[in-house]
Amino acid sequence: MKNKILPFSVIIIFGIIFFIFYKGLDDSKIYTPDVNIKKEIPVFNTKEFFSGENVKSSSIFELDKAYLLNIWSSWCVPCRQEHPLLMNLNLENKLNIIGMNYKDNLKNAENFLKELGNPYKEIFIDLDGTIAIEWGAYGVPESFLIYNNEIIKKYIGPLNQELVDEINLLIK
Amino acid sequence: MKLLKFFLIVIILFPLSSINAEEDDKRNKITKNLRCLICQGQSVYDSDSEFANSLKIVVDKKLQEGLSEDQIYEYFKTKYGEWILYDPGLNKNTYILWLLPILIFLIGGAIIYKSFIVKK
Repeated sequence: MKNKILPFSVIIIFGIIFFIFYKGLDDSKIYTPDVNIKKEIPVFNTKEFFSGENVKSSSIFELDKAYLLNIWSSWCVPCRQEHPLLMNLNLENKLNIIGMNYKDNLKNAENFLKELGNPYKEIFIDLDGTIAIEWGAYGVPESFLIYNNEIIKKYIGPLNQELVDEINLLIK
Repeated sequence: MKLLKFFLIVIILFPLSSINAEEDDKRNKITKNLRCLICQGQSVYDSDSEFANSLKIVVDKKLQEGLSEDQIYEYFKTKYGEWILYDPGLNKNTYILWLLPILIFLIGGAIIYKSFIVKK
C-alpha cells in the first residue's frame, strides 16, 4: 500500500499539469479586448479644436442621440485610410461624428483636415493622451459607438467598409 | 557664512527631495505592476509607447488626487479589465493558479511524512 501512494500521486500531479497545459493549447495567445461593452461615457473637461475654448463632455454628448467618437491624429497613417469612410458616414447624416485629436500638433491637424475634409461635427483636443485613457482607449485610430451616453461598441484600429455597414445596421 | 548658507540650503532641500523620492517610488511600483496593453511583454514602467506614457501621466494625476495604490488599480481595472494588472486577484479564472502550488506542497508533504516519518 505504502509503495503505491508515491507513483499514484505522481501520476495524478502530472495528470493535472497535463490537463492545464492541454486546455491552454486552445486559448488564443493574442490578447483580444472586450469590444461589446455597455459602459457610461466618462466625464472630462477639454478644449475645442478650432476655438481653443474650454468644453465639458456633457455639452458634447446629448441623450437620445447616436454618436461616433473617432480618435485620430495627423501623424497616424491608418487614420488617413479610414478618413474617406468617415466622410461617407457623415454624408448619410444619421450619426454625429465627434473627433478626438490625439497627441497632435494643431497646425498639422488643421492641414490634415484641409487636405482630406472634415467629417466631424465637433472636435476636441487630447494633448497628453489622458482623456483617451479615461475612455479606455488603446491608441489611434479607435472609434466608439455611443447612444444615450452609453458606449455600445468600440472599434480598435481603422474602420473598414464592413465595420461601417455594421455601424449603419446598429444605428437603424 | 558660506558654510551656514550651504547648510541652510541642504536643510531646506533635504525633506523635499525625500518626499519626491517617496512619490516616485510609489509611482514606479504602480507602473511596474501595470501591463502595457499594446506592447508585448512589457510593463508600463518599461515601455516608452504613447499608450504607456499617457498612462504614467494618469497615474501621477491620480496620486496627486490622493488615491491609494489599490484605488488606482481598481480604476484601471474598470477601464481596461483584469488583464492590465500583472498581479491577478483570486477569482474563478485564476483559482487553479493560486491553489495548485498549495496543493502540490500538501501532497509533497504527505509523501514525505508517509515515507520517512511513519517508517520510523
